[in-house]
Amino acid sequence: MDFTLSNDVVEFRAAIRSIIAETVTPEVVDEMHRSGTFDLPALNLALGAAGYIERAVPGLGKGDPVELWVLFNELEKAGAPFDGLAINIMIAGVVVAVGTDEQKARILPSIISGEAGVCMGYSEPDHGSDVASITTRAVRDGDEWMINGAKMWTTMAHKATWLILLTRTNTEVPKHKGLTMFIMPMDTPGITVEPVHTMATERTNATWYDDVRVGDDAVLGEVNSGWRTMTVALAFERGVMGGTNAGVPLLRHFRLWADKVGLSADPFVRYQMARTAIDMQVATLLTQRSAWIAGSGGLPGLEGSMTKLFATEAYQRSVRAFQEMAGSSGLLQFHEPGAAADGFIDYDARHAPVTTIYGGTSEIQRNNIAERHLRLPKAR
Amino acid sequence: MGFDLGLSSDQEAIRDLFVGFFTREAGPAVVRAAEPLGFDRRLWEKCCELGAPGMGVAEVYGGGGASLSDLVVLAESFGAAIAPIPLLDHVVAAQFLPDPDVVSGAAIAAVALSPTDSEGVWHLVPSGAVADVVIGIDGDELVAVRSRAPGVAPRNHGAQPIADRSARVGDRKVLGSAGEMSRALDIWRTLTSAALVGIADRALAMGVAYVMERSQFGVPIGSFQSVQHGLADLPVLVDGGRMLCHKAAWAAGLETQGFIDVDANEYTDFSLLASMAFIFTGDAAAAATDRSLHFHGGYGFAAEYDIQLYYRRARGWRLIAGDPRHEQLELADRLFGRAQGN
Repeated sequence: MDFTLSNDVVEFRAAIRSIIAETVTPEVVDEMHRSGTFDLPALNLALGAAGYIERAVPGLGKGDPVELWVLFNELEKAGAPFDGLAINIMIAGVVVAVGTDEQKARILPSIISGEAGVCMGYSEPDHGSDVASITTRAVRDGDEWMINGAKMWTTMAHKATWLILLTRTNTEVPKHKGLTMFIMPMDTPGITVEPVHTMATERTNATWYDDVRVGDDAVLGEVNSGWRTMTVALAFERGVMGGTNAGVPLLRHFRLWADKVGLSADPFVRYQMARTAIDMQVATLLTQRSAWIAGSGGLPGLEGSMTKLFATEAYQRSVRAFQEMAGSSGLLQFHEPGAAADGFIDYDARHAPVTTIYGGTSEIQRNNIAERHLRLPKAR
Repeated sequence: MGFDLGLSSDQEAIRDLFVGFFTREAGPAVVRAAEPLGFDRRLWEKCCELGAPGMGVAEVYGGGGASLSDLVVLAESFGAAIAPIPLLDHVVAAQFLPDPDVVSGAAIAAVALSPTDSEGVWHLVPSGAVADVVIGIDGDELVAVRSRAPGVAPRNHGAQPIADRSARVGDRKVLGSAGEMSRALDIWRTLTSAALVGIADRALAMGVAYVMERSQFGVPIGSFQSVQHGLADLPVLVDGGRMLCHKAAWAAGLETQGFIDVDANEYTDFSLLASMAFIFTGDAAAAATDRSLHFHGGYGFAAEYDIQLYYRRARGWRLIAGDPRHEQLELADRLFGRAQGN
């Protein structure tokens, strides 16, 4: 194996690091935690202006999975907000892959410039891991579609320009075969957004759809092929768009604080910090592998499941240990005097639980690995 | 050159050759028969015919000139078979003592992992019970000492041919300064890590096969989600461990000085990566053999089932180098600098 990055990728990484240094300031990160909106327009616009969003969109620009990994890995290590950007790039890729020429011309320029954001309406109040069972209905009404239902976890819906919405268009066929994906402006009449606050700082949303009317130009992909469109989106994600190195900024925050307060001479603390460093290096190697497989023409879905399972659980183990080691200081929030790592220990301990839930729970990942990698029988 | 996380065609050939060889010649029956010493001389002789003992020695000394990455592939197939021969210890030692009889494997060589005590004795040298020559640190020198192999080992957990060996009695040759040993130990850690990956991978495969063959409550126990999930945690430990071994081996071949950057999560320092690999793969092999043995139920505890052979070696091969916590604290020193105030 050769782990040498090409000169192109090294230059790309330097450019990304410089954009991060200019746009992701401590003030911006502070505002992100205060507002709960984990998206940074200045960062998106700078990346867009440099052509890096277009370059990253699968099928549109260079579409190099290694660059995609580098982009999101740099953002994650820096603690930059990238949740919105990841969705934007993924959905732009879907539009490129299955959208009409008219949709591409109407939708893509706003996304690749970094101006417009996208939110995803997949999960529902009663349908999470079993997303194929969703009940939000889209029915034909003349030459329009009328949509009624509710979605949960529509993160960024309060800021996004575009909405990608999974609906049921046929109730007479097996659940995966009666789904249709739509893409529409968020200001389409009939859409209501309500905030869902979380135990951490990030805010997400619940959204309601009451007699929302759209035309055929809002259908993304074929009617009743919504599951395929979903699969395309997941295939583009490839497990390389962040979420596997959260322990890197955690370790940085904890270590700097531990050095300052004299905790970093404690062998227990040193032992744990080394463990976190090993786990994060392994997580990065596994993520690189996914990028390499994708770059070689493969689909690293299974590898992505394995990496996500390992990386998020390793992050949670680290968070738990560091919070315990920080003692009472690890309970104090941002801006409280004496807070461990300026409040990041409290924050990470609040944030960590969601990482083994969203993007496919650990149990879904294990099912996937057991069935597809270990070839064990379907267990549910 | 450039980012490529696959095996080279040479490495695929090495893997196919040795997986085939060990499957044919070193099945569980051979492993059992070699206990308690943990050495099968006929198997060693066959392995010598393949040129394995000198594979990592430079061609100028009559060796195979294989890279450390190639040897990682060899070591993983060796580990998967838990073959009762001192192959890895020998492959490491031979690179530092490329005498013709060592390169051919006619003389078995081993590596003392710790310096001598005040009496000039290396304690519990891996493969020391069967080695004709041992390299290691004595005082401030790296020496090779040829003396009679004791041929017996204290009965031990992993049925390893370990023994105390003297650095003062025998035909002693100075190879260099004690500092030169650190690279030998890094190579030993890297290859032992790869062997532990082989153990973990095989233990997982044995567990998966067993849970599909064993039925309870009218169904294969492998159809139970609790069993599936216990096994599903393991492949990523195998894959991650394998990649760490390969990254260490890649770093060993870099011409530039390696670096350590914790904040960027980037490391190209060979010694650091070898240490990470040794810790991670040791844990992976322990976890994989634990779970696999557990899912064998009572039979996993029975001597006649093979998983116990793997369980014991997963521990023995790692712990012969000492408490892994110490390794992890030394790693912390390299990552974060030495602790202030201790």
